[in-house]
Amino acid sequence: MTTVDLPSPTTRKDWSSDQEVRWCPGCGDYSILAAVQMLMPELAVRREDTVFISGIGCAARFPYYMNTYGMHTIHGRAPAIATGLALARPDLDVWVVAGDGDALSIGGNHLIHALRRNVNLTILIFNNQIYGLTKGQYSPTSEVGKVTKSTPFGSLDHPFNPVSLALGAEATFVARTHDMDRNHMLDTLRQAHAHKGSAVVEIYQNCNVFNDGAFEKVTGKESRADMLIPLVHGEPIRFGADGERCVVADPDGRLRITTVAEAGEERVLVHDASRDDPGLAFALSRLARGPYEPTPIGVFRSVARAEYVEESTRQLDAAMAQKGPGDLAGLLRSGASWDIA
Amino acid sequence: MSDTAERPARPVPVEVDRVIIRFAGDSGDGMQLTGDRFTSVSALVGNDLATLPEFPAEIRAPAGTLAGVSAFQIHISDHEITTPGDAPQVLVAMNPAALKSELHRLVPGGAVIVNTDTFDERSLTKAGYAENPLESGALDGYRVYEVPMTQLTKDAAAPFGVKPRDADRSKNFFALGLVSWMYTRPVEGTLAWIEKRFASKPLVRDSNVAAFKAGFAFGETAELFDHPYSVRPAVQAPGTYTNITGNTALAWGLIAAATQAKLPLFLGGYPITPASDILHELSKHKNFGVRTLQAEDEIAGIGAALGAAFGGHLAVTTTSGPGVALKGETMGLAVSLELPLVIIDIQRGGPSTGLPTKTEASDLLMAMYGRHGESPLPIVAAKSPSHCFEVAIEAARIALKYRTPVVLLSDGYIANGSEPWRLPDVADLPDISVPFTTEPNHVDAKGEADFWPYLRDPDTLARPWAVPGTPGLMHRIGGIEKEDGSGNISYDPANHERMVRLRAARIAGIADDIPLVELTGDVDDAELLVLGWGSTWGAIDGGVNRVRARGRRIAHAHLVHLNPFPADLGDVLRGYPRVVVPEMNLGQLSKMVRAEYLVDARPITKVQGAPFTSGELEQAFLDHLGGLVP
Repeated sequence: MTTVDLPSPTTRKDWSSDQEVRWCPGCGDYSILAAVQMLMPELAVRREDTVFISGIGCAARFPYYMNTYGMHTIHGRAPAIATGLALARPDLDVWVVAGDGDALSIGGNHLIHALRRNVNLTILIFNNQIYGLTKGQYSPTSEVGKVTKSTPFGSLDHPFNPVSLALGAEATFVARTHDMDRNHMLDTLRQAHAHKGSAVVEIYQNCNVFNDGAFEKVTGKESRADMLIPLVHGEPIRFGADGERCVVADPDGRLRITTVAEAGEERVLVHDASRDDPGLAFALSRLARGPYEPTPIGVFRSVARAEYVEESTRQLDAAMAQKGPGDLAGLLRSGASWDIA
Repeated sequence: MSDTAERPARPVPVEVDRVIIRFAGDSGDGMQLTGDRFTSVSALVGNDLATLPEFPAEIRAPAGTLAGVSAFQIHISDHEITTPGDAPQVLVAMNPAALKSELHRLVPGGAVIVNTDTFDERSLTKAGYAENPLESGALDGYRVYEVPMTQLTKDAAAPFGVKPRDADRSKNFFALGLVSWMYTRPVEGTLAWIEKRFASKPLVRDSNVAAFKAGFAFGETAELFDHPYSVRPAVQAPGTYTNITGNTALAWGLIAAATQAKLPLFLGGYPITPASDILHELSKHKNFGVRTLQAEDEIAGIGAALGAAFGGHLAVTTTSGPGVALKGETMGLAVSLELPLVIIDIQRGGPSTGLPTKTEASDLLMAMYGRHGESPLPIVAAKSPSHCFEVAIEAARIALKYRTPVVLLSDGYIANGSEPWRLPDVADLPDISVPFTTEPNHVDAKGEADFWPYLRDPDTLARPWAVPGTPGLMHRIGGIEKEDGSGNISYDPANHERMVRLRAARIAGIADDIPLVELTGDVDDAELLVLGWGSTWGAIDGGVNRVRARGRRIAHAHLVHLNPFPADLGDVLRGYPRVVVPEMNLGQLSKMVRAEYLVDARPITKVQGAPFTSGELEQAFLDHLGGLVP
C-alpha cells in the first residue's frame, strides 16, 4: 500500500505571519495579500516548501507577512535571486513579488531574462504607476505628462505596458488582474501558480496616497462592466453590462472594439491563450493605450515550453548516468599526470 | 666513404640546470598553444616549471603589429622554482613585431630563433623597423638562428596534400618541434595530442604532425646548433603530479569543497576575463551535481548564487574587478543576511576596463571596504596556481562555518599560469560540513516552540542556517536591520549598533580559527621582513633567497588570510627593524597594516600589468637593506 504524502489542510490564518502589516491604510496591497493568503490553503502546498522573494519597494514587504520562508532582498534583483533558489531547489514553490519600479525599472533586465529562460517562478507585479516608498516619483508605467515631485513640468518618458513587455520577453504565461475584484484575482493567481515555467501577473494596484484612482476609470464598480474586457480561454471576447460589446479582428489582422450587434456573433474573436504565436496576445495587450480605455484582463497567454530548472536537472541526471557520480580523486588525475616514487 | 663517416656523430646534449624560453608571435600564430604543449611535455619529463602567458585583449589584434604580439614564457628547471623567470635565455620570434616587442627581455648573449620568412618589407614596416634587424646589426650580442619556418612547414606538409596557405597555420608546430629538439623533449606526447585534438580534421592533423616532425628534424640536421640541451627532472617529493593552472585549481578546489561540505555546488557567473575559465571548467562537471548559471549580468550571477545559498547549496560567484564593483550591493545583502557565499575575484589591471588580460592585484581595498555601511567580510588570497585549490576549500570553510560571504582573491598571473602540483590525497582533505538547523531554537511568550533566525552560536557568533523545506522553521530574512535574536525588522538605534558590532565581532573572531603567520628565511635575526600576499609569493621567495645568498639576513611572511589577519601579525611586524610590502598596486596591504598596527611598512610597488621578477625584488630589498630608501 502506498500513501500519498499530502500536506495537512491549512487555513488562511496558517499562512499569515505574526508581523504587523505596515502598508498605508487603504492600500491596494492589502487586498492582494488577502487573496494570496486565501489562495494558499487550496493549492495543496506546504508552508515550509513555499518561498516568497521580493526586491525593494512597498510591495516588497510582502514576504514578511507570509508564514513561509521569505527573502526581502535588494532593489530589482528578486527574479535573479529567485532563479538561483529555484535552480538549486526544484522541490520548492518560489514566488516573486515586485512593484512596477522594482520589476520594470531597476530590475527590468532580470525580469526579462527570467521570463525567456522560463524558470518555474510565479511573478506578481504590483503596478501602481508610481514610486510609493520614495514618496511619489513617476514610475516606468506612469503615463506621459505625469506631474510628480521629480517631474514638476510633467514626465517625458513613454511608459512600459507590462503585459506587452512580458510577451516580448518570450514569457509563457502572462496575465493581468486588479485589486478590486477578489474572485478574478484568485482565479488568475491560481492559473499562474499552476503554470509550469515563469508566470507573470500584472496586478493593477491602487496607491491611495501618491496615485489614488489611477485605475478607477477601468476598475471602478460603476465603470467596470464597460471598461474591463475579461479574457477567458475558449470564450468569445465580450464585455459590457449585457455582453453587448466585443473584440473583432479586421481582415488586416488589427483588433478593434465594436458591438456584437454590428459585428455579428460569429465574428467575435474567441480567446485562445494557448496559441504558440504571441501575436494575438500582443495585439490584445495593445487594445488599451492605458487604464482609461477598455482594458483586457485575465490570462493573455499560457503556453507550454521547456522549463529551465527541469532542463538543468535533466542535464545533471544525464551527466550522472553517463559518467557516474563525481569522483574527486579521479578528477584530480583527469589531466596528464605522472608519478614520482 | 661510408654514410657514418659523412654524417657527424649525433651531438650529446649539454646538461643545464634550468632554462627560460619565451615563445612570441602574432595573436593568430598559436603561441599560447605552443607554450601549453611545451609545458605539458616538460611537466611529464619531471622538470619543475612555472609559466607566464601574456596576450592582448583583442582576439585578433591587427596582424603583424606590436599590439598583436602574444607571448608565452616558460621556466623549466631541475630544482624547485617559484617564478616563470626574470629574463628569457631563448626567444622564439615568429615575426618582426614579436622580435621588436620581446627582444629587450632577453638576457645578453641569449638565443634568438627567428622565422625569417616573415621578415619582408611590409612586416618590418608594420613592426616599426626602418631596417631589417637581421641585417642591421641590431641583434649583435645575441646568438641568432635564422630559420625559414614558413617555407619549411609548407614543404613538409605538401606531400599530404595540404595547400601552402593552410600549411602556414602549422608553423607554430614547426617551432615547437625545433625547441623540443633543442631541449630534448620526448615527441610522443605531442604527436598523440595532435592526433587526438585534430582527429576530425585530417588535413590539419597531417599538416601539424609534418610541421612538428620537420622542426625536430631541422634541429637535428641543420647544423645551426652545436648541440641540444637537457634539463634533468627536478627532485620532487614522491607522489602523483599534474600540471595545473590557477583557474583549473580553483574550479577543482570548489568541487572538492562541495564534496567535503557534503553540499551541492552552485555557480552563478557572467563571462569576464580572466575568470571565465572557472565557469567553463565547472560547467563540465555536472556529474558532481554542480549547477552553473551563466547569468544575464554580474549582479544576477551573485544574486542567483545568494538564492542558492538560501536554499542550502555551497554557492559561488566568479568574476574580475569590474564584476566585483557591480556585485557590491548584493555582497552587502549577503553580509546582512549572514549566508555563506564565496566571491571569487580574478584581479586584472584597473580601473574600469583597464588591462583585461594583464595581471594586477589592486582590488584588495575594494574587497575590504567596497560596500556601504559597516560590512566586514573575510578575505583570502591564493599565492600560486596550485595553491588556488586549497584556498578555495579554505574560503568555503570560513563561509560555511561563519555564514558569511568570503572574498577569494586570485589574479590573472596565477589564473593563467601553471606549475606542477603534487596531488593531495582526497582522504586528507578537511571535513568542512556544517549541519543545517532543523529544530526550533526558542520558546515564545506563549510557551510555544519558535525559530529565531538570528539567535547566534555563542562561540562562532554564526546564526542558524535553516533552509526552506524544513518544517516549522519558516522565517523571513532581508536587508533591513534585524532585531538581535528574533530577526524581525528593527529600527531601534541601540539594536542597530549591537548588530553592527556583532557582525564585526563574528568576522574578527575568525582570527582565532586560522594559522599564525608562517615565516621563512632568517626568522630570528632578519634585518628586513618582507610581507607579501597573493601571487607575489614566488617572486618574493626568489628575491629573498638571492639576498640571503649575498649574506644578508632577510625573512618572508606571506598572508593567505587578509581579513581578519592572523592573530600574531602585529607582533611579527614589530619584531623586525624594517618591513617592506611588495604589491602589484600602489600599496594597499601596506596601508592596511599601517592602519591596523601603526607599523612603518614600506610599499614596493609595480603596476605594469606584469608580475614582479625575483631580480626586481632582490634589488628593491637590497636598496632597503643598504639604506638607499630612507
